[in-house]
Amino acid sequence: MLSVKGLKANVGDKEILKGLDLEIGRGEVHAIMGPNGSGKSTLAHVLSGREGYTVTGGSVTFEGQDLLDLEPEARAHLGLFLAFQYPVELPGVNNTYFLKAALNAIRKARGEPELDAVSFLRLMKEKLKVLHLDDSLLKRPVNFGFSGGEKKRNEIFQMAILEPKLAILDETDSGLDIDALRIVADGVNALRSPERSVILVTHYQRLLDYIQPDYVHVLAKGQIIRSGGKELALELEDKGYGWLGAEEAA
Amino acid sequence: MSASPAVEAIVESEYEHGFITEIESDTFLPGLDEGVVRAISARKGEPEFLLEYRLKAFRHWQTLATPRWAHVHYPEIDYQAISYFSAPKSKDGPKSLDEIDPALRETYNKLGIPIEEQMALSGIAVDAVFDSVSVATTFRTKLAEAGVIFCAISEAVHDYPDLIKQHLGSVVPHTDNFYAALNAAVFSDGTFVYVPKGVRCPMELSTYFRINARNTGQFERTLIVAEAGSHVSYLEGCTAPMRDENQLHAAVVELIAMDDAEIKYSTVQNWYPGDAQGRGGIYNFVTKRGDCRGARSKISWTQVETGSAITWKYPSCLLRGDDSVGEFYSVAVTKGRQQADTGTKMIHLGRNTRSTIVSKGISAGEGQQTYRGLVRIAAKAQGARNHTQCDSLLIGDRCGAHTFPYIEVKNPSAQMEHEATTSKISDDQLFYCRSRGLTTEDSVSMIVNGFCKQVFNQLPMEFAVEAQKLLSISLEGAVG
Ligand SMILES: Nc1ncnc2c1ncn2[C@@H]1O[C@H](COP(=O)(O)OP(=O)(O)O)[C@@H](O)[C@H]1O
Ligand SMILES: [Mg+2]
Repeated sequence: MLSVKGLKANVGDKEILKGLDLEIGRGEVHAIMGPNGSGKSTLAHVLSGREGYTVTGGSVTFEGQDLLDLEPEARAHLGLFLAFQYPVELPGVNNTYFLKAALNAIRKARGEPELDAVSFLRLMKEKLKVLHLDDSLLKRPVNFGFSGGEKKRNEIFQMAILEPKLAILDETDSGLDIDALRIVADGVNALRSPERSVILVTHYQRLLDYIQPDYVHVLAKGQIIRSGGKELALELEDKGYGWLGAEEAA
Repeated sequence: MSASPAVEAIVESEYEHGFITEIESDTFLPGLDEGVVRAISARKGEPEFLLEYRLKAFRHWQTLATPRWAHVHYPEIDYQAISYFSAPKSKDGPKSLDEIDPALRETYNKLGIPIEEQMALSGIAVDAVFDSVSVATTFRTKLAEAGVIFCAISEAVHDYPDLIKQHLGSVVPHTDNFYAALNAAVFSDGTFVYVPKGVRCPMELSTYFRINARNTGQFERTLIVAEAGSHVSYLEGCTAPMRDENQLHAAVVELIAMDDAEIKYSTVQNWYPGDAQGRGGIYNFVTKRGDCRGARSKISWTQVETGSAITWKYPSCLLRGDDSVGEFYSVAVTKGRQQADTGTKMIHLGRNTRSTIVSKGISAGEGQQTYRGLVRIAAKAQGARNHTQCDSLLIGDRCGAHTFPYIEVKNPSAQMEHEATTSKISDDQLFYCRSRGLTTEDSVSMIVNGFCKQVFNQLPMEFAVEAQKLLSISLEGAVG
C-alpha cells in the first residue's frame, strides 16, 4: 500500500530524514517510535504533502502512485489521513460544516455522489456513538477553544468520518488521560479492517496496550534503525532508546 | 444553511456580473449647473419645494471642496464630465412583471434574481432600481394592506409630498458633506419606505441596484421612516456591469426610528472593482445615517462590501432617544487595487444608549483597507455603553489594514470596550484544510467565512448565503 524508499528530506538546509525505508501492507498497523526530534512529525508531514520540506532523495508510492508529486488534497482524495500532533484551530468554521465539505470533496474527487445533509447527519451520529463522543462537538468551531484532549478526539472523529485507507496518527496519544486514550484506541480499532492501514507515531508504549500493532519501528536520526514485532515496544519501554544508540544529541 | 458558506464551483475570477444591458436610455449631456438641476426636477415633474431644496443644495455644494482626509487615492473627478440624468425609455411605469422590458428582465436573470421566483418563493417585495428610475415594484398591494409604503422616492414625492417634505434631509442635511450636498442637488431616484405606528412590516423589503448607463453618475436617495413601535428590515444589494470609465456613486440613505421602532438595514455590495490594474471600477462615496429619534428605538446596519474600486462609507447612528440602540456589523473585502475607507459613527446623545460595532476587514492582493470609527458619548448621555470589535485578516503580504478609532467621551459614566486584532491566514490552517481534501480556494473561503461569521449571522438567511458566495468568488486566486 505505502512504500517509502531511501527518503531524504530537508527543512531549510538541515537534513532531517536521511534515507528512510518503510513498507506498509494493506490492513497492517505499524507503530513508529523514537526520541523527540528524531523526525517522526517530519515524516508524517512529508507523506501528507506539507509545504516547507524539500525532498532531496528517495521515493514514496501509495497504491502504486507517486505520492510526492501530489498536492495535499489529492493525497487526501486517495485516502491518506493525518491526525495532527498539534491540531489547528479554525475560528468560526463549524465542525459539522467543515467535515461535510471535506467528505464531499473527497467523494467528489472519487466520482462518488455527495452526501446530503440528512445522510451526513446520520453518519455523524453513528460515529459519535462508536467513539462515545458528545454531540456538542459538532456545533463548535473546528478545534477552536478545545482542550488538548478534545482536539485529539476531534482528529479521531474526523478520521472516523473520512474513513481513510491509510491513517497516520502523529502522537495522538500524548497528553491524553486514560479515558481519552481509550477513545482514540476505539477509533483506530473500529477503523481496522483488511482494507485499511495505520501508522501510529508514538512516544510511549502505553497506546500499544490498547492497539495491537503488527510491526514496531524505531526512528532515530532520520532513519528506521530497527524494526520488529510488538515485543520491540516492550523492550524499548524497558531499556529506553539508549541501547539502540538512538539517543539524539539535539 | 445560513451558517454554512456555500462554496460554489470555481468559476472565472473575472467580474461575474460584468455585462452591459442594451437598453435605450434617455440621458442628459454631461455637465452640471443650475440649469441641469432645474431640468432634472422638471423632468420628474417635482413640486416646487423639492426644486428649492435641490437648488439650495447645489449652491452649497459649489462652495465645497472634495474631502481629502480619507486614506484613499484616485485621480481628480471632473464633475462636468458626468451626466446627471438617465432614464429607461419606456415612459409609464409597468403595472405587472409582463410589462417590464425583456432586456431588463434578462439582466436580472443573469444576475440570478428572477423576480417571479422571488415573489413566489420568498415573499420578498422587490423594488428594482435600473439606472435612475424605478421600473419594477412588486407586492405593493400586500404591503398597502399593512399600511406600509414602499415605492420609488420620485413617486413618493408626488403621492406623499408631506412625508417627504417633513423627513427628507432631516438626518443627512444637504450641508453635511460634499457628496451629500451633490446628492441632494441631483439625486435621481431611490426608495422610500414608511412604516406606520405599531406595524411590523410583513416581509423583508429588498432593492436591487444596478448601474447601467455609461458615464452616468448614480445618486440614489433612500429614506426609511419607522413610526413608533414599528419594525422593518430592508435589504440592499448591488451589482454592476463591467466598464472602462470610473463611475461615481454618491448615495444618501436616511433612516428614522421613532419610539420603540426598529430598522434593520442590510447591504451586500458587489460593484465592479476595476480590472487587475484597478481601471474602471466604481467610486462609492456614500452617506448613510440612522436617527434613533425615539426612546428604545434600534437601528442596525449590516454590510458586506466586496466591490467598488474605492469605498468611502460610514453608516452611522445618532442615538438620540433614551435607551436607544445602534449596531454596525461589517465585512469589507479589498483585493487587487481596491481601496476602502469605511467604518461607522455612533453618536450617543440619550441616556443609557448602547452601541455595538463589529468590523471585519479582509485584505488580499494589494488591497488597502482602513477602518475609521467614531464613538462619541455626549455629556448628557448618562450610562452609555459601547462595544467595538475590529478585526483585520490579511491574505498575502502586499495588502494593508489600518485602524483609526476615534473615541470622545464627555460623560464619565460611559462604559467603553475596544478590541482589535490583525491576523493572517496561516500556512498551518491552509495545510490542515487541504490535508482533509479541500482545495486551497475552498480552504481560504472557509477560513474567511469563519472569520466573518459574526456578521453573516446578522443577515437575513437568503442574503447570508449570497454574501458567502460573493466572498468566495471575490477571493478566488487570492492565495498561492
Ligand atoms: N519547521 C522547522 N524548522 C526548523 N527545524 C525543524 C522544523 N521542523 C522540524 N525541525 C527539526 O527537525 C527535527 C525533527 O523534528 P520532528 O520531525 O518534529 O521530530 P519528532 O516529531 O520526531 O519529535 C528536529 O530537530 C526539529 O527541530
Ligand atoms: Mg512530532
